[in-house]
Amino acid sequence: MENATASLFRARLVPGLILAAFGLLPVLAGLIDDTFIVFFAIRVMIFAIAAVSLALILGFGAMVSFGHAAYIGLGAYTVGILAENGVWEFYVSLPATLVVCGLFALVTGAISLKTRGVYFIMITLAFGQMAYYTATSLSAYGGDDGLTMWGRTEIFGSSMLSDRMTFYYVVFAVLVAVWWLCRTMVNSRFGRVLQGARQSEMRLQAIGIDPYAYRLAAYVIAGMIAGVAGALLANAAEFVSPAYMSWHRSGELIFMVVLGGLGSFSGAILGASGYLVLEEVLSHVTENWRLIFGPFLILVVLYGRGGLLGLITGGKRDG
Amino acid sequence: MKRALKVAVAAAALGMSGLAAQAEGLKVGFMATLSGPPAALGEHMRDGFLLGVKEAGGKLGGLDTEVLIVDDELKPDAALTKVQGLLERDKVDIMAGVVFSNVMMSVYKPIIQSETIMVSANAGPSPIAGKACSPYFFSTSWQNDQNHEVMGKYAQDQGYKRVVVMAPNYQAGKDSISGFKRYYGGEVVDEIYTKLGQLDFSAEIARIADAKPDAIFTFMPGGMGVNLVKQFSQAGLSDKVPFLSAFTVDETTLPATQDTAVGLKSGSQWSSTLDNPANKAFVAAFEKEYGYAPSLYASQGYDAARLIDGALKKAGGKDDKQALIAALREAPFESVRGDFKFNTNHFPVQDFYVVEGAKRDDGKYIVKVVEKVFDDQGDAYAAECTLK
Amino acid sequence: MSATLLAVQTLNGLQLGILLFLIAAGLTLVFGVMDFINLAHGVQYMLGAYLAVAAYGVTGSFWTAMLLALAGSLVVGLALELVVFRHLYDRDHLDQVLATFGVILFLGEAVKVIWGSSPLSLPVPDLLSGSIPISDGLLYPVYRIALIVAGLLIAALLYVLVTHTRVGMLVRAGATNAPMVSALGVNIRRLFMVVFGFGAMLAGFAGIMAAPILAVEPGMGDNLLILAFVVIVIGGIGSIRGAFLAALIIGLVDTIGRSAATDIARLVLPPAAANDVGPAIASMLIYILMAAVLFFRPSGLFPARAG
Repeated sequence: MENATASLFRARLVPGLILAAFGLLPVLAGLIDDTFIVFFAIRVMIFAIAAVSLALILGFGAMVSFGHAAYIGLGAYTVGILAENGVWEFYVSLPATLVVCGLFALVTGAISLKTRGVYFIMITLAFGQMAYYTATSLSAYGGDDGLTMWGRTEIFGSSMLSDRMTFYYVVFAVLVAVWWLCRTMVNSRFGRVLQGARQSEMRLQAIGIDPYAYRLAAYVIAGMIAGVAGALLANAAEFVSPAYMSWHRSGELIFMVVLGGLGSFSGAILGASGYLVLEEVLSHVTENWRLIFGPFLILVVLYGRGGLLGLITGGKRDG
Repeated sequence: MKRALKVAVAAAALGMSGLAAQAEGLKVGFMATLSGPPAALGEHMRDGFLLGVKEAGGKLGGLDTEVLIVDDELKPDAALTKVQGLLERDKVDIMAGVVFSNVMMSVYKPIIQSETIMVSANAGPSPIAGKACSPYFFSTSWQNDQNHEVMGKYAQDQGYKRVVVMAPNYQAGKDSISGFKRYYGGEVVDEIYTKLGQLDFSAEIARIADAKPDAIFTFMPGGMGVNLVKQFSQAGLSDKVPFLSAFTVDETTLPATQDTAVGLKSGSQWSSTLDNPANKAFVAAFEKEYGYAPSLYASQGYDAARLIDGALKKAGGKDDKQALIAALREAPFESVRGDFKFNTNHFPVQDFYVVEGAKRDDGKYIVKVVEKVFDDQGDAYAAECTLK
Repeated sequence: MSATLLAVQTLNGLQLGILLFLIAAGLTLVFGVMDFINLAHGVQYMLGAYLAVAAYGVTGSFWTAMLLALAGSLVVGLALELVVFRHLYDRDHLDQVLATFGVILFLGEAVKVIWGSSPLSLPVPDLLSGSIPISDGLLYPVYRIALIVAGLLIAALLYVLVTHTRVGMLVRAGATNAPMVSALGVNIRRLFMVVFGFGAMLAGFAGIMAAPILAVEPGMGDNLLILAFVVIVIGGIGSIRGAFLAALIIGLVDTIGRSAATDIARLVLPPAAANDVGPAIASMLIYILMAAVLFFRPSGLFPARAG
């Protein structure tokens, strides 16, 4: 009994710890005079945002999207193409990103959600690949070579995002906001329907709720959030490439969410951080780091039920 | 997260200890694609570079040299993160390498903005040669279009009236075709764009056979080239239709294509059969060190190391960056390709050849020179570059 | 496009379909019977090709190399089953995906460490090295005909095994209701091991057969794995018949599409735009096909499981 309480406590503690860690990281980096950590953490947080959006549909709606990277790419290309045409303002590019990603998610989601399980995985892959091949054939915007942005998105004419610290805290704020939004949604009636649909669709239909609409709404919201991550990625790299939406990247996002622990947003953030940090650290240790990383993933699955979060909290989860 | 942080801190400590040990030496960040199917290109280039460093006694320009090799995994955004790490954490003095143009385009801006000297040992995308050129950027390879231009000129000189061109459907493929057409005036009867990473070419081969062209020009790097060459030969076309290519028949693919690639033509600025003392010494030393025949990528990596070595010696160290840039511009080294000087855009002015697959007496497969096509050739974009 | 060319392209399409079927067969068998998503199927295919190249280097005979590589594929497959996969059968699909991805990373890197990253190749065996003229100026390699025959034989063998033998009956029963089969006293673990070993050999066999026409290189299985999944999903998971038909359809659509998409685009668009749009459409065609099939038949063409 005591153990259970302790682990529940730890489960509650994890989100706070993660937030504190990301919030204080630039200060710590300043202390040891390592500016690269900040740069790297920006990338981690951007993928954490994308992973949280995937966790929303994957962890709570059992929709395993294997085309989620398409939204990162769409968001990035929206910002990149607007910039190439001289539009740098965030109040244009942000709504544009949301509209583009929302529409793409609405159309493809409406079709994809007719399928279940592995069929859903594959049909989302199909749409992701279509987006990928479209991007590679955009000769006017660099095609496969990608598109260099000669600057960052501006906020009312100010190029404050070019300052690394400012950009860091903007990304951090987006991460916190997205996390809060997703948690609130999951704990609302909307979220309960979504999770209910995962368990028993028939029961919901019996009480007059059509889970399809709820699923579609969640899918569209997740797509839009991933699009925001893409817009941030374009700004962080000041470069846009079709590689952002290859199926490998979609796969990585799934791995991040599963690695962190399903059914929790802290897990998704933990998974994205763990995945990227391990990749970075191991690749410094040996060129053949996959020889270590591969078995590590297997071991996490075999012995760490509940992913990295499960390892820390002893199996208890919290939304 | 605690766990993750601990490792991150450990990694930081690792990076810093490296820094302390080499405070007086030279740090070179070397980026190459070392995983996935195109890894062979990156390994050739890396091995060539490391041989150059080794021959300088581990001291480029007399400075204790540490080469930090990173794998870009052919992911432009991951490459960018790694380059930032090299620039900010490892504080490298010089960046070198990079196989693919999309990776180069993503890392180019932060490198030149940090005023770090970059020596490309392969990728040469047109913006960097033209409008976006930089005093900090140097190339020991070519501008992307050039080896294709060689084949365009060759097809023109051979009097081929009707040619089919084929390339993968991505930017480098399209650049390749436009490079070919720049010097070819005959009729292009068919332009075929294939999927990137395509395995089976029988549909395209049937189309080529149907069109009955005087020659085919293609650009199929890596495994795609292996698939195409084998299938082209198995379909009996290599005896009938002259096969002109770029980056398709070279020492990275010949171990797999072997006899099927013998006699197939390719455009190149280098071959192991080029007759100059620097090249002979390089080829012998390379094969002794690594046990396989070097490719043009290896020669470019080697030249990059030799260029850095020569320029550092001439500038008297790494501290005066402007002096070092001035020294680099003079290309103070013996290139294994023979004639070599820098254009205004810091891309080479050099000779280009038609080479073909051949089997050497010792059983190894190499490309040998057929004829010289261009003499002291610069690229088409240098005029757009504002450097003087 | 002339009629001859169309005929040649149809043959090419069927042959690509057969190659896809060889890879997809093992995947759909394992997936259908064991409800196990094995992403490592692609590296098992790659391993088959590498083992054949290595064995050829030692023995100098294609046929001995094939036997050795088949045995090697079986051994590796069983070892993987014993060490990793066996513990994943009762897990969530996502756990299986993550763990088998770990296997991909490990084996892919191991292959690179052992054999290097330059592409390798396996020569066509002398017996099958000839070619037949099929149209003016074009030869059709005998080896490719052999590939088609091998694919058809495998399809026939699987058909007979699944529908006319006791193991096949158990396999079908296991695919429909594994707990029930187990309750009837069948050793389901052993059945799974047999099925998995067989699937591993099928993957290896596909790799061996592909080695003489394709580059043997690290990562050669990655894209094919995706194609194989497209095949089994269109066909209906677990259905050998579905996989066979879907593979042929995809082979045909992909080949004809590659051959004709740009021409068709040139009819309606200016040449420069057609060169952009045509190949992009050709690349997407199989995915468009898959989306369309799943839209109208959400469980594929031949759903093996009812409900």
